[in-house]
Amino acid sequence: MRRSMFRVALAAFAVSAVLGQGSAFAASAEKGKAAFTKFGCWQCHGFQGQGSVATSNGKILAPDPLPWDTFSAFVRTSNTNMPPFTAKVVSDEDLADIYAYLQSIPKPADYKSIPLLNP
Amino acid sequence: MASRNPGAKGSGLKVDRRKFLAGVAVAGAAGAVAPQAANAAAAAGATPARLPSALPPTAQTVAAETGAVLDTARVPGKPGSDYMVDVIKTLDIKYVPANCASSYRAIHESLIDYGGNKMPEFLTCMHEESAVGMAQGYFKIAGKPLMTLVHGTVGLQHATMGIYNAWCDRVPVIIMGGNDLDAAHRPPGVPTFHSAQDINALVRDFTKWDDTPVSLQHFGQSFVRAYKIAMTPPYGPVMISLDAGLQQEPVKEHGPALYIPRYVAESPPAGDPNAVREAAKLLANAQNPVIVVDRSARTPNGVRLLVQLAELLQAKVIDQQNRMNFPTTHYLNAQPGAVSGADVIIGLELSDYWATVNAYTDNGENDGVGANATRIKPDTKLISISSVDLLTKANYQDFQRFQTIDVAMAGDAETTLPSLIEAIKSEIPNDRKAAIDKRGEAARKAFADYQARTRQAAAIAWDTSPISTARLSMEIYGAIKDLDWSLVASEGNVSNWPNRLWPMEKHHQWIGRSGGYGVGYGAPASVGAALANRDIGGRFSVSIQSDGDLMYAPGVLWTAARHKIPLLAVMHNNRGYHQELMHVQRLSTFRDRVANIGNDLGPIGTSIMNPDIEYHKLAESMGWWAKGPIKDPALLGPAIKEAVEVVKSGQPALVNVWTQPR
Repeated sequence: MRRSMFRVALAAFAVSAVLGQGSAFAASAEKGKAAFTKFGCWQCHGFQGQGSVATSNGKILAPDPLPWDTFSAFVRTSNTNMPPFTAKVVSDEDLADIYAYLQSIPKPADYKSIPLLNP
Repeated sequence: MASRNPGAKGSGLKVDRRKFLAGVAVAGAAGAVAPQAANAAAAAGATPARLPSALPPTAQTVAAETGAVLDTARVPGKPGSDYMVDVIKTLDIKYVPANCASSYRAIHESLIDYGGNKMPEFLTCMHEESAVGMAQGYFKIAGKPLMTLVHGTVGLQHATMGIYNAWCDRVPVIIMGGNDLDAAHRPPGVPTFHSAQDINALVRDFTKWDDTPVSLQHFGQSFVRAYKIAMTPPYGPVMISLDAGLQQEPVKEHGPALYIPRYVAESPPAGDPNAVREAAKLLANAQNPVIVVDRSARTPNGVRLLVQLAELLQAKVIDQQNRMNFPTTHYLNAQPGAVSGADVIIGLELSDYWATVNAYTDNGENDGVGANATRIKPDTKLISISSVDLLTKANYQDFQRFQTIDVAMAGDAETTLPSLIEAIKSEIPNDRKAAIDKRGEAARKAFADYQARTRQAAAIAWDTSPISTARLSMEIYGAIKDLDWSLVASEGNVSNWPNRLWPMEKHHQWIGRSGGYGVGYGAPASVGAALANRDIGGRFSVSIQSDGDLMYAPGVLWTAARHKIPLLAVMHNNRGYHQELMHVQRLSTFRDRVANIGNDLGPIGTSIMNPDIEYHKLAESMGWWAKGPIKDPALLGPAIKEAVEVVKSGQPALVNVWTQPR
């Protein structure tokens, strides 16, 4: 319980730090892509945030990531199989870059236009 | 004066090496004296003369350095191992995948010379784990067990992981371990290191039964018994310790003639009729019954029965996929979450009922243990039919956490289903039939929605490099869909895409996983299954072969080429032990640390890169057609199509593909 409260408080701080400072971070999709690899996000979510039923319970990060506040709060306070990533591990700047990377991933084609997905 | 060491050279007294086991002393040295002469000497009450030893002066040194067992006798008459082959031949065992070893040299020689290397045929393996894995895969296609021979102690130790997988996967394999039991007579040096008093002890905790025959007749009985036990559900591996001396002893020309017991298959155990009726009542009157299956369909008939049961109840079916139990194209096919709305759940041959109805979250709560939560409503009734309840061992508890069940039947699910179906038919009230039909309509819509969602999810990262596992899976399917195909392994976890997107309707189209999750199963099991598919008449075998799995014992590639076993292996090469990679990452993050990945992609010790393994070259070196590494998704389809043509011509082919992690 104490740990959960700590996580919520931490997340609230992190979210307010990013949102409150507005343009304090010039988020970079390019840096975000590197951070996505460095901090191991790709391991469960795939290099394109496509997710997996085996590792991320089918959760798809991109395209169309969650709104920033939901996203960052989850990363900081996750109580699921995904451990919480505190600012000590992933800085607010890195997290914003990662978010920018996820936003930059293009939408996939409609599956109906891919012959192999319509055998 | 009698020697204190009667068997010693020059002692003048020779006692049969089996005496201490069988309690029967026979005159003459086993094999050292012609039977006729020995019999005459025995009849006269005389001690047979001892012949000079054939051992050269350097025997100990040679044995110690080479492990070679030196001939101590030339055995006249019919060798005991020929009788063993006679016994084996009565049981229709087609192959003996094995790695050769001195402790079973006598039966090896009998199999290939006396037995003509047919039924069974010896398949040259390069690792005992590969041999057992091949037998595991073979059975899941052919429905018939193979036997393997292993060197006592060292060979059996190599085989253990394969045996454990077969045990957890409920697959019969007959393992015979050569063992030179008689310490007073076995050659010195290495043969001693390779023998033990009870080699079976090594695998006793994860075999159904074992024995150590001490006479040829005992062998005949034990082998048929072993086969029968292995082939009675729940299936499982069995072990026979095969004494080297017993193999080499001649068949006695006096006394009772050896016979071979006739094998009659045991009928599988069925659920108790009263429990079947009670289960039928619950299911017939349920508002939302759900069926969960794991190793339910032992045969193609098991699939038909399950479809019949599901359609009768219009109940969703969650297939945990350790066999092809239920068609992936059927509208009643459902996902694990379907248990949450159930009021009655029937589990058929579940290895983990607890995890079917509970969720576990590895989130560090409860002092690091993780969080548990129920996934079902509190009043949900649980029914189980499982043959595994009839076979439990204390040490390796693969039945997992305890789950209270309302109606539990210790019996084989496939055998019990016909009576359960009939009982349900008679229990369904007339006024329930419309509601049951309505359940089916809702399931059809849910299934169509699920399929569309799944296909759209597969489209994400379709053109990315490394290649997505969805793209990998569908490129393979596109190349084989018009063939009679069989997916014989999918190791390394490709997010289950084949089971989600490929239309699997036949029992042979998916054979499940390793059982014990011992890495190294995929390569040998797929070769064994491909062998069975080849013999059935050219059925096309394909495997999704992971990198870490292949490197446990890649020599099985050579075995496939050597014995002309056609198999398409498409690599899911994500360049890491990915499960472990995620575990270490998770622990680093839980501990508020940045995982040390060194120069790799994953935490140190979990990546298979720097240098990257060129699996295509590895395969080529062992006689396979191979191509790779394929990193561009646009090149994948053409490479697989080329490989398919090679496999259709009767050769194995491997395509090395760099893939996304999952």
